[in-house]
Amino acid sequence: MAVPLLSLDQLKLGVRARIAAVDWSALGESEACRLRHFGFDEGVLIEPLHLGPFGRDPLAVRVGRMTVAIRRAQARAVRVTTEAP
Amino acid sequence: MNPVPLVAVAGNPNAGKSALFNALTGARQKVGNYPGVTVERHVGRTTLPDGAPVELVDLPGAYGLDPTSPDEAVTRDVLLGKQKGERLPNALLIVVDASNLDNHLRFALQLIDLGLPTVVALNMIDLAKRDGLELDVGRLEAELGVPVVETVAVRKRGLAEIMAQLNEMLIAPRKIRAGEGPSHDPLALQRRAREIAMAAIIRETPVRRITHRLDGLLLHPIAGPIILAAVLFLMFQAVFSWSVIPADALEAATLSLGQAIGDVLPHGVFRSMLVDGVFAGVGAVIVFLPQILILFLFILVLESSGYMVRAAFIMDRLMSHAGLSGRAFIPLLSSFACAVPGIMATRTIDDPKDRLTTILVAPLMTCSARLPVYTLIIGAFIPARSLAPGIGLQGVVMFGLYLSGIFGALLAAIVLSKTAVKGGGGAFMMELPKYQLPRVSDVAIGLWQRAMIFLKRAGTIILSTTIILWALASFPQAGPGEKQSDVSIAGHIADGIHTVVAPIGFNKDISMALLPAMAAREVAVAAIGTVYSLDAGNDQGLQTLEQRLSGRWSLATALAFLAWFVFAPQCISTIAVTRRETNGWKWPIFMVSYLFVLAYIAAGATYWTAVAFGLG
Repeated sequence: MAVPLLSLDQLKLGVRARIAAVDWSALGESEACRLRHFGFDEGVLIEPLHLGPFGRDPLAVRVGRMTVAIRRAQARAVRVTTEAP
Repeated sequence: MNPVPLVAVAGNPNAGKSALFNALTGARQKVGNYPGVTVERHVGRTTLPDGAPVELVDLPGAYGLDPTSPDEAVTRDVLLGKQKGERLPNALLIVVDASNLDNHLRFALQLIDLGLPTVVALNMIDLAKRDGLELDVGRLEAELGVPVVETVAVRKRGLAEIMAQLNEMLIAPRKIRAGEGPSHDPLALQRRAREIAMAAIIRETPVRRITHRLDGLLLHPIAGPIILAAVLFLMFQAVFSWSVIPADALEAATLSLGQAIGDVLPHGVFRSMLVDGVFAGVGAVIVFLPQILILFLFILVLESSGYMVRAAFIMDRLMSHAGLSGRAFIPLLSSFACAVPGIMATRTIDDPKDRLTTILVAPLMTCSARLPVYTLIIGAFIPARSLAPGIGLQGVVMFGLYLSGIFGALLAAIVLSKTAVKGGGGAFMMELPKYQLPRVSDVAIGLWQRAMIFLKRAGTIILSTTIILWALASFPQAGPGEKQSDVSIAGHIADGIHTVVAPIGFNKDISMALLPAMAAREVAVAAIGTVYSLDAGNDQGLQTLEQRLSGRWSLATALAFLAWFVFAPQCISTIAVTRRETNGWKWPIFMVSYLFVLAYIAAGATYWTAVAFGLG
């Protein structure tokens, strides 16, 4: 049975997942560009590490070898799967 | 004559690019601005192993040639030879972080495709080894097709080899690839970068990274904000208490120098201009140099250690309510010391709209120059009554003034980000770099550059303004039986100001003080002091300024004066730095206008409310 897709902001801290898809159209042009620059791409390993103390926003996620901060609003555009590839 | 060959140093943010640039050029650097944009241009000179001079330019960190910020646009334009004020580089030094190859190689691949003679610095190789990475440099060279040198910029490792490779490139330039031009397909580049990184990594031992452990503490939902508050508390203590001794010394030095010159020169206009105009005016501004340097010391250390980004991370959510991003937090905080370094610190905000909003509200933070004004008025008019054990009425009023500033700034940010500066990012996307110990020489270079920027401004704009203000106050000269403050141009301007500010309860004395206070807010205190000491008869000679004030102003007027200073943009330096940072007069004029309108409304509302309560 296939594991259902989650959006990145639903993923629990410390759970490793892979990016299944990024809804680029849900992001602004420069936001999408920045995410691509950070290496957001299908198949890349991703793991939420920390949450902002106020309102659990933004998120600090490890993507590839980098740790980046993004807000929940943008994290929603990233679909992830915890299934092994 | 051929110009000195130019080598562009390019790479991702956080690749250690500036550290490598500093290590290669030392203190032989010049900082300027690219024409038409507020992006700093750092160039440095050094010599090649064959003795020929070479110039290095440290390009702003970028993720790619498809810019998302003004900084990245400059990097692209320089590399394509399209940037005004810069010649096309003769060679390229690409800096990549050895422990973040899969990401940094994407930009490196794009850069190599430009076809310039290129050397790659595999930087921070020591940290990569600490993280359990073992890299095959030969394989990397083969895949990239350019020389790769292992470097540790902060320990000056690999520098000689970099210079040797660059020398060779500059003597016998060779095209690296058939010039297809850089690829703009980010995903294809990214995949190619990952393949190369994969091939170059011989072994990877998973280790618990120091950065990860530190983040566990510093970004902890409870400990994180507490630690941040403690760091900020220390910073403010330092800015306000460590600066007292050097600031007093500087003030005394300018004063005695002015006096010494005054003693030598014959009485006359030139002496008056030098002593009352130049030394008094510039002296009032130079006093802030210690505070600015201490503040920047903290900012530079926090920035280069990697903690600044974490502070932004912690505060982002709260700042987002005001339409700002976490990045605005430190500049706004700095503005409590002085809006000038605060506005200069907004350069760390990527999004131009967010940056503009932050600049426009920064002057609302209660800067230290307001303190002398607040202290004088509160001391004169607010009784030193205790409201509760340890809580005095005067302190509460002071706190209220600070709160009004913060509240005003948040409100202004909300309104501005929905009106005049509409379309700000609304996003917060930042790399959280590895923690690193800041290096003394990098911080020293940064501090030196800030100090020079500040002194240059004090030497030009502020100097000319103080001379103009002095001239307005000194001419035409008073005849016998006349008061200088009545006959001078400044006196007539004060009359004009008075008709405007009379409805909000300001008297003639205040109108007189408002003009010189444009140089710096605390000058208002000195100006009021001068007016009263001139007018005072002998019997009042022993009264303090506070006593004189409380006898001549109503409480309503005093409160209105306080409210005015919460908002009024009475600071030439802030206006000048805003012009510099926004690159034109449009935004400083806008800022001054909206702040004066706010000040007028606030003072008027305060005055008439107080009068209604019988305090007029």
